[in-house]
Amino acid sequence: MVSASTDYGYDSKVEGGVIVSRADAAINWIRTNSMWPMPMGLACCAIELMAVGGARFDIARFGAEVMRFSPRQSDCMIVAGTVTYKMAPQVRRIYDQMAAPKWVIAMGACASSGGMYRSYATLQGVDRIVPVDVYVSGCPPRPEALLDALMKLQAKVRREPSARRLLSA
Amino acid sequence: MAAEHTFPDSAARLAAGAAAVPEEFQPEKMSLSMGPSHPSTHGVLRLQLEIDGETVTKADPVIGYLHRGDEKIAENMTYNQFVPYTDRLDYLAPLANNMAYAIAVERLAGVKVPPRCEAIRVITAEMARISSHLMGLGAFGLDVGAWTVLLYSLEEREKLYKLFEELTGARFTTSYTRIGGVTRDIPEGWLGRVGAFCDQFLPILEETLRLLTRNKIFMDRTVGVGVISKADALAYGLTGPNLRGSGVGLDLRKDKPYSGYENYEFDVPVGTTGDCYDRYLVRGEEMRQSVRIIRQVIARFPEGPWYATDARRIFAPPKDKVLTSMEELIQNFMIVTEGPQIPAGEVYFEAENPKGVLGFYIVSKGGGVPYRLKIRSPSFCNLSIVPKVCTGCLISDVVAVLGSLDFVMGECDR
Amino acid sequence: MSAEFLAALRSRFPQAVDRASADHPAVNVPLAEVVAVLKFLRDEQAFDLLMDVTAIDWAEGANPRFTVVYHLLSTTRAGSYIRVAAPCGGTDEVPVAPSVTGLWPGANWHERECYDMFGIRFEGHPDLRRILMWDGYPYHPLRKEFPLAGIETALPGADVAEETGTQVVAAPMAGGPFVASSGEMNLSEAEPRAKDESWSDRVAQPGQTPLRQVKE
Repeated sequence: MVSASTDYGYDSKVEGGVIVSRADAAINWIRTNSMWPMPMGLACCAIELMAVGGARFDIARFGAEVMRFSPRQSDCMIVAGTVTYKMAPQVRRIYDQMAAPKWVIAMGACASSGGMYRSYATLQGVDRIVPVDVYVSGCPPRPEALLDALMKLQAKVRREPSARRLLSA
Repeated sequence: MAAEHTFPDSAARLAAGAAAVPEEFQPEKMSLSMGPSHPSTHGVLRLQLEIDGETVTKADPVIGYLHRGDEKIAENMTYNQFVPYTDRLDYLAPLANNMAYAIAVERLAGVKVPPRCEAIRVITAEMARISSHLMGLGAFGLDVGAWTVLLYSLEEREKLYKLFEELTGARFTTSYTRIGGVTRDIPEGWLGRVGAFCDQFLPILEETLRLLTRNKIFMDRTVGVGVISKADALAYGLTGPNLRGSGVGLDLRKDKPYSGYENYEFDVPVGTTGDCYDRYLVRGEEMRQSVRIIRQVIARFPEGPWYATDARRIFAPPKDKVLTSMEELIQNFMIVTEGPQIPAGEVYFEAENPKGVLGFYIVSKGGGVPYRLKIRSPSFCNLSIVPKVCTGCLISDVVAVLGSLDFVMGECDR
Repeated sequence: MSAEFLAALRSRFPQAVDRASADHPAVNVPLAEVVAVLKFLRDEQAFDLLMDVTAIDWAEGANPRFTVVYHLLSTTRAGSYIRVAAPCGGTDEVPVAPSVTGLWPGANWHERECYDMFGIRFEGHPDLRRILMWDGYPYHPLRKEFPLAGIETALPGADVAEETGTQVVAAPMAGGPFVASSGEMNLSEAEPRAKDESWSDRVAQPGQTPLRQVKE
């Protein structure tokens, strides 16, 4: 069987049960398909995050239903809700506690840019305090939008030069 | 029911614990910060606990992690522009908040909305109540270890979301009311779909509650835990199911009816002991009563306009008139740019929201922008009793108490 | 029905005068009598629930500048509310009012919020510290001279501020909120204006003269 994918070459008649692939492809495939979120559920977007975890929208299909509240065990921090200045240091501290590789999804208008809360107490976008990989617009974003963001994050992770980073780190 | 268990009162437990350890082995108390990012604190609440072993000796809630400046924003927005901010107060029942705010401003303006508008508001508020209690129940179950309840209630909420989306355009955070009416009339057949939802919901509700109501583990964790006496509940300003669980039958829908609630028959469940289990039972029964109210509203749904047609400087006229007639165009322009013209004065209106009593205190100097808008939040007052109730509890009891109080930080911090 | 408790209140406290209100009975009382009035209403007129303690800032120049407002509800007399308002004592910078935590422990948090937002010191409060903003925030946000966008200050966590270089900055208002002001005014002034003064033509940018003087 010849595959059109350039990530791996497989010819069962030649190799038998062995697939040859690039290290990046394997590592990124593993990372994208078990992206455990750290739900930083702060406000209303957290309810949509719960709905994504529920039965109808089912984030489990993407391997991401293990919502670990412990930063040490999670891969992706989904900042869902308004980040106030009072909460911002805690968000950063939890981000710092996450083990590499880690990604951040800014879910919703408030996390992306402060949303409709242009006031003295609201951090105007969580990207002022943590580096964000995917922004999701919406107030709150539909669960499908969050799943789309997860898929975009997976596509982004698949393009990462993981092997080179691991070897050089 | 719990004859084989004794629940020593908190002070005795603290004293017994302290007395049992000899002087030289007296441990120091540990200071534990529970939150603000924690799976069991509903939202961003931080509890600064001082614990002696497993027993909490002091509990100090630190709030404000979701303080977004709503009241200051209100001083810079027209009355209609502030409606989306009211959605995000109790974000589990946005339609109820929308209604409370709209009625407060209408009281100040002296605007009377027609019966159809009132009926729409009552149906949406009761659906919001079901939605909020389902989430409260689910989160409470999740906190004490019952995963399934959350999944069942999330599915029922999805059905409600579908109905909200059909009516308002958004799943939640609906921004549906305006000062003087609602955004649009109900769609064709929507009432039938709401009725169908109610019919299929009651058996599912019974099944969901059956998972918890006589469940030994749930009862062990909630019966006798977090007892709030009647006097305490009144002294701390508790309202809603928390107050009713403690034996005070205050329900503003009955005591000071608004928006046509006096036309419907329903019961108000009142608890006896004021423990977590009673508050859970009160919420379960309230959902059944909400279904009862919704059915009555559907049965006698009035015809007529869905907004106050005579409120010229307050409610924007329908779009087809705006785009064809000069007078309506000017009226629409004035209302959108300068805001609904509300006369000077003060008003304080409270509505019976699912979490408790949500109050809006509006001070107006005239014009389209409020001078001061204070939001009396039920969750703020419900949380203030945590230092009293959690002292002497075990740490796991703290989680049960927080779950049974059913607060929302968006509302608490505004 | 409402006349009874109002009449009883006025006969016991002759200094309580009626306050204009769109809905519930409301009285203005002098600050010194607030605690006594509330105690009378709670003990003898069955207003057992303190719903709300809040304040209004009438802006610089008004005297008294702050008014503290209490809302009481009676659970036994169905749906009966009363509003009690009192002007704060002290100065504009440090207004004072007596604490009612002795009557209702639930007032604790409400008074902390008034202190946080307005700076009103409640005498007799067991633990007066900020509740919504972080301890150490230097301003009182709901005062009228405090801008909606906020004022630049340090982030509450010093280690995080050092690590990321983030500060509490004024939100970018970009000329907004573009809304009319509150209060009745003549139509030429009633047009919505940019509230963000840094953009308006009434306030000069550094190095420039204002473009036009408009009477406030």
